[in-house]
Amino acid sequence: MTVLAIEDLHVWFELPDGKELHAVQGIDLSLERGERLGLVGESGCGKTTAILAMMGLLPPTASAAGRILLDGEDILAGGDNTMRAHRWTDIAMVFQGAMNAFDPVKTIGSQIREPMQAAGLAKGKAARARTGELLELVGIAAERQDRYPHEFSGGMRQRAAIAMALACEPKVLLADEPTTALDVMVQAQILELLIRLTDELGLAMIMVTHDLPLVSQVCQRAAVMYAGRISEIGTTSELYHHPQHPYTRMLFRATPDLLAERDVISIPGSPPRLDQEIIGCPFRPRCDAAIDTCAIAYPPTRTAEPGHLSACFVEESA
Amino acid sequence: MSLIDAPMTPLNEVRKSPSRLRSLLSFLRKHPQAAIGFVILMFFVFVAIFGPYFAPYGEREQVGPIFGTPSSAHPLGLDDGGIDMLSLLIYGARVTLIVGFAGAVVAMVVGGAIGIISGYFGGKTDNALMRTTDYFLVLPDLVLMIVVASIWGRSLRNIIIIIGLIYWTFMARLIRSQVKVVRERAYVKRAQALGATHTRIIFKHVIPQIAPLLLAQTVLMVALAIFLETAISFLGLGDPSVTSWGKMIETAFSRSAISYGAWWAIAPPGIAVALVIMAFNMVGTAAEDSLNPRLKVSHLSRRHFRLRPLPDKEAPK
Repeated sequence: MTVLAIEDLHVWFELPDGKELHAVQGIDLSLERGERLGLVGESGCGKTTAILAMMGLLPPTASAAGRILLDGEDILAGGDNTMRAHRWTDIAMVFQGAMNAFDPVKTIGSQIREPMQAAGLAKGKAARARTGELLELVGIAAERQDRYPHEFSGGMRQRAAIAMALACEPKVLLADEPTTALDVMVQAQILELLIRLTDELGLAMIMVTHDLPLVSQVCQRAAVMYAGRISEIGTTSELYHHPQHPYTRMLFRATPDLLAERDVISIPGSPPRLDQEIIGCPFRPRCDAAIDTCAIAYPPTRTAEPGHLSACFVEESA
Repeated sequence: MSLIDAPMTPLNEVRKSPSRLRSLLSFLRKHPQAAIGFVILMFFVFVAIFGPYFAPYGEREQVGPIFGTPSSAHPLGLDDGGIDMLSLLIYGARVTLIVGFAGAVVAMVVGGAIGIISGYFGGKTDNALMRTTDYFLVLPDLVLMIVVASIWGRSLRNIIIIIGLIYWTFMARLIRSQVKVVRERAYVKRAQALGATHTRIIFKHVIPQIAPLLLAQTVLMVALAIFLETAISFLGLGDPSVTSWGKMIETAFSRSAISYGAWWAIAPPGIAVALVIMAFNMVGTAAEDSLNPRLKVSHLSRRHFRLRPLPDKEAPK
């Protein structure tokens, strides 16, 4: 059952000099109940912007177009008014660096209760009890809800941030780099927790990250973003074993692999600026397989296997 | 490896940052009130500098009857000594602006220095300096003015010192709190770790960070200083040998211009003072807003992102 479907989502930012930056240039995604989808790509590829758009948390300088379907209902259609009704109650988010986002002068518990009370789901004793349950769910003793953020370790704060995202029993969880800045052991705990939560609660999750091995470990499917578009999407094992897009292939080769005996490469150059129109494939200047056609138009979407789509003119034979 | 030799993407040229003049112009364009204030200021500064060359009559030249009414020869009439009001106003601009700027600069230098030392070193130094500041803060302005003027005598220099003495406390407190913030930044710690001296850290890392704030506050303080100068002169504590707008109001007042019905002897300098103070405030607040965008709390405002129709599906080019 599809919980969340994104259709042709665009986001533009107004720049101070009057120009416009087309940060997200039409992405399509769909998410099943209990599914974990990884969103990977270099910095500045529009990953965070895309999920902020799904939360309706774009800044006033942004404008958006497209459809965001939550259980078939277009929640983007009415702008902030329709997004607000679903924010946190249906779609919740663990922000980048969420563990540092707690208010230092309020207890962890009171900060987790806030969205519940705002949404009118629980108050008083019931809210306290529910906060305790949520903390237990992420592996923190319920009594700790009266502690202050500085009394928690980084990993505990991150788990508390996840508990906060779960406060209103959302259907979709957006996690923006939930494990960066944590050490490997804590990282493993958090990932295990996220996997367990999606399995047990049927929560659908989109995880934004730079870390490819992490995606293949956690997610069933992954989407590779480049220059505001999805260049390839498919199951993680398909992407790893049969990458169709040169960018995907090069990204994997840029990651050290314990088992494969090969050199780690770097992809030269950096992603293009998005404040001017790009003609042809945006990856062409950096691609090792580019052909003449690449300079003419954006590549059409090609289906390699059912559910495995890529946007490249060149047939990859990996 | 051939990949490394692949051309860098040409789409990544570095955006040139705008020149200073250009950013000043775009600042004025975005803040119309600052532009208006700036134009008014430029006008008065021009008058203050070049006024004596085009003032129609002399500063002490009797050209007509006492409290002569405004006429085509004397658009603003004559004062109690038969001196042309327009000429007096032009000469007064120079004194008023000099006192305003000088007083604000004294306040900025003294207050800024004390604020920086107090905020940067903290501890006992901070305590001693801040208690001194508190002491000056509770002194009643008017009484201090009267006492200083009567002990040291009535001169332009003393007025500037009084203004500095009254206003440095505001500056010191403001700067101190900002320095305390900057001092805790990682790059200051890094400079300390690398063995930079306090002097180097203050001049290289702290002052550049607080300079915009210092500047904006100084502009606002000029307005206060001009107001205070007018007040001091009006109370008859100004320098008797020079013409300032405050002194013009005072003379007109004490020579009973009001009972003569000679409104032209009081209104023009009053309007001039009000205009200049307003102009400084307009420029100062706009500068403060743009230097400290948090004052606008835009992230808490009720504005949201906009929706727009989907772009046309481009046909493959």
